[in-house]
Amino acid sequence: MSLIQAKDLSLNIHNQKILNNLNFEANTGEILGIIGESGSGKSMTANSIIQLLPHGASLRGEIIFDNKNLLNISEDKMCNIRGKDIGFIFQEPMTALNPLKNIGDQVSEVIKLHSNITLKDSVKMAAKVLQRVGLPQEKFPLTRYPFELSGGQRQRVVIAMAIAIKPKLLIADEPSTALDVTTQAKLIQLLKKLVSEDDLCLIMITHDLAVIAEMADKIIIMKEGEIIESGSINILKKGLKSVYSKTLFAASDYKSKNINKISSDKTLLEVKNVSRDYSDNSISFFKSKKIFKAVNNVSFNINYNENVGLVGESGCGKSTITRAILGLDPISQGKITLEADEIKAENVDNEIRKKIQVVFQDPFGSFNPRHNVFKLVSEPLFLQKEKVKEKEKYELVEGLLLRVGLKASDSKKYIHEFSGGQRQRIAIARSLIVKPKLIILDEAVSALDVSIRAQILDLLVELSENFGLSYLFISHDLSLVQSITTKVLVMKSGEIVEAGETADVFKFPKHEYTKTLLDSSPNLQKALKKL
Amino acid sequence: MFSFKFKNKKKNNLSLSFWVGLLFVFIVFLLALISFIWTPYDVTSLVISERFKGPSFSHVLGTDHFGRDILSMIMVGAQTSIAVALVAVGIGIFFGLPLGMIAAAKRGTFFDDLVMRFNDLIFAFPALIIAILITAILGPGAFNAIIAIGIFNIPVFARVARGAALTQWSKEYILAAKVSGKGTFLISIEHIIPNILNLLIVQATIQFSLGILAEAGLSYVGLGAQPPIPSLGRMLADSQTMISIAPHMAIFPGMVIVITVLGLNLIGDGLRDYFDPKLRGSS
Amino acid sequence: MLQYFVRRIVTLFFTLVIASLVIFVSLEIIPGDPASYMLGINAQEDTLQALRQELGLDKPKLERYLEWVKGMLIGDFGVSYTYRAPVIEMVSDRLWVSLPLAVYALILSTLISLPVGIYAAANRGKISDLSVMGVTQIGIAVPNFWFAMLLVYLFAIILRWFSAGGFSGWEAGLFLGLKSLTLPAISLALPQASILARVMRSSLIDTLNEDFIKTARAKGLTQNQALIKHGIRNALIPVLTIIGLQFSFLMAGAIIIENVFFLPGLGRLIFQSIAQRDIIVVESVIMLLVFSVVIVTFLVDVAYVIVDPRLRSSIL
Repeated sequence: MSLIQAKDLSLNIHNQKILNNLNFEANTGEILGIIGESGSGKSMTANSIIQLLPHGASLRGEIIFDNKNLLNISEDKMCNIRGKDIGFIFQEPMTALNPLKNIGDQVSEVIKLHSNITLKDSVKMAAKVLQRVGLPQEKFPLTRYPFELSGGQRQRVVIAMAIAIKPKLLIADEPSTALDVTTQAKLIQLLKKLVSEDDLCLIMITHDLAVIAEMADKIIIMKEGEIIESGSINILKKGLKSVYSKTLFAASDYKSKNINKISSDKTLLEVKNVSRDYSDNSISFFKSKKIFKAVNNVSFNINYNENVGLVGESGCGKSTITRAILGLDPISQGKITLEADEIKAENVDNEIRKKIQVVFQDPFGSFNPRHNVFKLVSEPLFLQKEKVKEKEKYELVEGLLLRVGLKASDSKKYIHEFSGGQRQRIAIARSLIVKPKLIILDEAVSALDVSIRAQILDLLVELSENFGLSYLFISHDLSLVQSITTKVLVMKSGEIVEAGETADVFKFPKHEYTKTLLDSSPNLQKALKKL
Repeated sequence: MFSFKFKNKKKNNLSLSFWVGLLFVFIVFLLALISFIWTPYDVTSLVISERFKGPSFSHVLGTDHFGRDILSMIMVGAQTSIAVALVAVGIGIFFGLPLGMIAAAKRGTFFDDLVMRFNDLIFAFPALIIAILITAILGPGAFNAIIAIGIFNIPVFARVARGAALTQWSKEYILAAKVSGKGTFLISIEHIIPNILNLLIVQATIQFSLGILAEAGLSYVGLGAQPPIPSLGRMLADSQTMISIAPHMAIFPGMVIVITVLGLNLIGDGLRDYFDPKLRGSS
Repeated sequence: MLQYFVRRIVTLFFTLVIASLVIFVSLEIIPGDPASYMLGINAQEDTLQALRQELGLDKPKLERYLEWVKGMLIGDFGVSYTYRAPVIEMVSDRLWVSLPLAVYALILSTLISLPVGIYAAANRGKISDLSVMGVTQIGIAVPNFWFAMLLVYLFAIILRWFSAGGFSGWEAGLFLGLKSLTLPAISLALPQASILARVMRSSLIDTLNEDFIKTARAKGLTQNQALIKHGIRNALIPVLTIIGLQFSFLMAGAIIIENVFFLPGLGRLIFQSIAQRDIIVVESVIMLLVFSVVIVTFLVDVAYVIVDPRLRSSIL
């Protein structure tokens, strides 16, 4: 008898089909991976198990947990199961904790709630649990508040609450997605350790096939509320059957078409000894000003027709560099030169701006929702000295939309009518309209689902070949950089710790940090070899 | 208990309460407009023999202590209320919006700080106190009531505009506009204002309704429109001592104020929900 | 922490200085000479002159401003032009009506609105929530002085439970004093309570949509437990702001309501003084009101620090 078994599980919300006839099971000591892209219903599956669903939800079928059908259990009894027999870990550690209560209170609350012990004992137990998840008392006293902890540490607190009274089943909904790769690797290790020590059953929900391949025993692939394929983790190695699974697998193991262009030796952009200091802005009578170096003495070149990657975790200073190159923020020291002109934030000539354009990460925030696509894409034409006629503008915009894989008629639509991937195509069209020499891709594919991501990367590769573009490809994800750049820079705490040909850096990383990054980032091939 | 971020694909419609609000406001506006050309009776003619009459066919809402027709007085009084509140909103937007926009564009600078401190200062004076101060200086009258209410609207709009504009300034599309070579002024006009217009419209309806209430309060204490111009607030003041013999004198003008303010608030809430379904159900 | 409060107190001080300047300058430009008001139009020029000298009206403006401020600091608000009595005595008598009235109304408004708001949020979307919201929508639209008149009509004239107006004075006993302030306080509190209930409701609904409430539910807390233990305190932060703002509305609103109930408070005093050009009284009363608003704003800031640990640490 399995610990948990779903039979013909279906979910409707306001008569809209969310889940359709799901069947799966998982046993004690087992890790079940549920994988799917956004809208696949994977999170709703998790929420269905703990019966925390939005208004208007109706569940059909059975969820047999510990020989009880959870669908027939009263809400009161369900409250006794949640937190006690089933622990739950959420995606967003920054918001999953109550900001006004300290971590000791939050962890002991779940212990006190489900066991007949005194408050004092529950606090003692909380301390022990926090120790187990890697937050020892000496460094992280119970009186800490969530805002005093980093994202990874907060996620450990959430895990502590989930495992505080040794549940039978642990559900983790994208527990590491919001975190940096090195933190993510440590959390995955922690989860694996907890599963083996406590003989837990873990249902791990993620969009990242590599993460699943590294830890799961069984796998379910979901799409649009249905299970497309399931089985032992070995099916990844033996070969998947359905078309969708194959696409997903290929996209997760993305290799771009070989970049077929020869970069020139001539320097396009030179970043020389650039530093950027931030001082503590608050006026203070008692303390001297603290100076924080967001970027410290950074130098690199980008040649004509060359794709350069810039990799680093959050807060490493890569956004600061981007903004400096775009002339949006001033630098404290050093010099940034594009062709013959120096870029100074106070006064960037339109002729210089025309040569550098940018594609941002957020497919939602980077467009004015009140302008139509024509207006959005043609906005950079403002940089042209000579006025472009409306008719020519339309021809330009429509031509570019076709070029990036959209329809000419899309120019009359508004941005909310497009999906995330289509929006990034529009952003690319916008960046191309003034025929720039350099495009900065600031995490341009990070927010997209893997299959969409692969398509956009293909498009980028093709465009860079045909238009003779240089890219500065900024990403936290090493594997993405590998596929489309020839040179790579690794950044940490405001400094470039390693630079070189992409292939060399990946094969023979020199710096410790690069090695850690390479080891931590989930890698499908590596994981498959271990199976 | 809690809702998931669940996208409702249904197209967003204006709520029923919005239409009810619009109907209320429409009726009051219509009465006020008609009064420019016609009222059932002349509001300045005193007919003592007809005084304290309850509602009847000849006087639908009765008469007051001078025998004047209450419906006619309400119609003309509504004119004053609406005009005062509307112009006061205009003053608030005219001065407050540019202040807020510039403060947001120059966020963190001395100018921004100055605008915010000026706001705090005005907020430290309760609105009514400002009104009393101004009418004490300039003397009572509808025009001065407009200034008194309008001045208090300035920091309200400045604050709303600044706050909303700051949110927009932090978005990536602003960076895209900067990379397209657009300066602060152009970005403010092309990108910021169209995106904060919703909030400003909602705020304008709220300030409009507050203005109606404030005008009623001011004329109630004798600082608003002066006799012989009828005003809803003074009708209430007049009725106060006679409430035991002629309660209708107090009830009808008050109800007109309530209907107008309620209508405007319903419109404001309806618009807010329409513009931003995320805020649905918020106050 | 100390530094934060020092900074807050410094801003508070500057606000008061600027407010006093604004009040002084604006009242200086009021047309009308207090001396001629007091002596009537037939007064001789030399008697007027003598009176102006006695009142200090002939001194340079800056000197008069500084004397006024200096006086206030030591509790001397000057002498009323009209009544020749120390302003501080006139004001403090009236203050003991207006201030208790505002506080009474604030307490009523808070006590009514918070439970109502919480109840509505907990039942949101249901009939009970919709009817509560409908009532508060009307409550906001009702002018408080009109509501006061209706209360008088119902409770004083028809039911005769309360007197129609006037104030018994605190000498007559706490109960009678409170009783004569009850109808005024209710009429002041109703619109404010409606606003506060709506703010409480929407703030709590926002909080209930936060991830940490879902965490609490996943821990096994029931809906109500999660609401009480994790929802309310987080939802209180915006509510505190509104409570702070409401105090100034209530102080000002009290001025109008005093008219309805013939209460001898600051409102009546200020209107009389304006009519008689008793500028020094007007100045002092307005300054006092501004002072109380500034102090309440300060207290709200202190309350924030108590409620929110993030703020506590950022100002350490």
